[in-house]
Amino acid sequence: MPMTRSDYRIFPQGLDAVTIDFGNVISETLNDLVLALAARIDETPFAGFVESVPAFSSLTVFFDFSEARRANAVETTVFEFVRAYLAKSVENLQVSSSGSTRVIRIPVDFSAEAGPDLSLIGESKQLSSSDVVRIFTSRTYRVFMLGFLPGFAYMGEVDERIATSRKASPRTRVEKGSVGIAGKQTGIYPLESPGGWQIIGRTDFELFTPHAETPVALNAGDRVRFIAV
Amino acid sequence: MGILIRKPGMLASFQDLGRSGFARFGINPGGVMDTAAARIANILCGNPDGETVLEMHFPAPQIEFTAPGFFALCGADFGARLNGSEIEPWRHCTASKGDSLVFSRQINGSRAYLAVRGGFNLNRWLDSGSTNIKAGLGGLEGRALAAGDRVGFQRNTAGFGVPTFRASSRMLPMYGPMPTVRYVAGAEFELLTEHSRRTLDEGLFLVSPQSDRMGFRLEGPPLALAEPIELVSSAVNFGTVQLLPDGQMIALMADHQTSGGYPRLANIIPTDLPLVAQLGAGNKIGFHPVSLEEAERLFIEFERDLSLLRTACKFRLDAID
Repeated sequence: MPMTRSDYRIFPQGLDAVTIDFGNVISETLNDLVLALAARIDETPFAGFVESVPAFSSLTVFFDFSEARRANAVETTVFEFVRAYLAKSVENLQVSSSGSTRVIRIPVDFSAEAGPDLSLIGESKQLSSSDVVRIFTSRTYRVFMLGFLPGFAYMGEVDERIATSRKASPRTRVEKGSVGIAGKQTGIYPLESPGGWQIIGRTDFELFTPHAETPVALNAGDRVRFIAV
Repeated sequence: MGILIRKPGMLASFQDLGRSGFARFGINPGGVMDTAAARIANILCGNPDGETVLEMHFPAPQIEFTAPGFFALCGADFGARLNGSEIEPWRHCTASKGDSLVFSRQINGSRAYLAVRGGFNLNRWLDSGSTNIKAGLGGLEGRALAAGDRVGFQRNTAGFGVPTFRASSRMLPMYGPMPTVRYVAGAEFELLTEHSRRTLDEGLFLVSPQSDRMGFRLEGPPLALAEPIELVSSAVNFGTVQLLPDGQMIALMADHQTSGGYPRLANIIPTDLPLVAQLGAGNKIGFHPVSLEEAERLFIEFERDLSLLRTACKFRLDAID
């Protein structure tokens, strides 16, 4: 799916970051494009490149301003140099549907104790807690991006029948391993943290292993199945 | 050999220029709030700019040198005294074994930086010395300093004395309790109403008590977008000013999360971000727009000043190494 110029917007975020934004939507197609672009940039980075951060439908590249300017003999602005680099990188980009074919199975305890908001969601949707769990576990979810906390994966899409907005007043303490729903997104808290997601269960699965070579278990593009235990 | 913390002060932590390369995993860079002060402190000690330094708030720690130390204090002026004698910030100093470094009063600014020649001896996490307090990792055991902590130096600087050397005042950030900081318009700036754009440039915004290393909440006349917009999350940066749903702004600081979904109104330019980093609750901030070209020009100039200082320090330090 080659892109044309009008399909995206490129803008600076400070002097050391430039974002390419493909549209303000959550879609697997756009996320595939973002991940393919991130992979291409990792393969052929420009001098001074530091890292790229994929999100739902945008990619932000971070770089060392002075190094990028010096090593690339930039005569315009550094932003213009990176803008041109991104525009070129996106040309003729080959996008396979999701780079990753991994399906990760995550065991979850859906008891009332582990999922304090499960019964509330059930009540508001006129479903039993076990219906909510059945509907939730019947899907395979895609990881769109990581953010918020180390290893926190934004996954979707949750079935309309159980999709529930964030809590009006966030909890000051959500336990590590808590599985939550926020609208049509689901995610797992890798660490204890304050948080506003509706908590429906808890897992022992480690999402964040700080001293491992890859410190997180899930990556953008991965697929996840939740297994009730 | 190194330092012993006699009293911990408030939220003193080891930081460098940030843990880069892991934002895609949700691991935020962290790092020092005032990058100019931390870099100058390191340069004065002959260190790489990104060496790990101690970031201190007021009340600041009481520090005992358990070995001779060659150090620099930059950033906020907390009335530092070494064995009772006042020492100036923005220059390098030497301490003997047993010397005591204390901070008597908050003269200006909110964050002071201590760099030592050769750096502190810390276990690095993901190639950075920055403390990530939320994750409990990096720096010294992933936490703020506590009484009784001992931290070594990576290098013995005994007998290392040089004629005193100070950074030229021209390059020092002009800290104050009410700075006007320059910004480049952010991705959603154009969505502000005409009136709100004027308010942003003409208003004064109070730094709220709900401000920390993650972000500064700014209180002032509310701003509004012409049309409400829901954004999907995307990566954010240090210095990004976002509009919250209640019309107030938040300036993202060093410990910001990797991603966010609020409208991005502005990016404070990196040469002015240190002025913001030195603010505390009750201080005020004004905004002034500049072009991206101007922001780049100012940063290039600042980098040039830093390299002059680096050359001058290296020349003096090498002579006695």
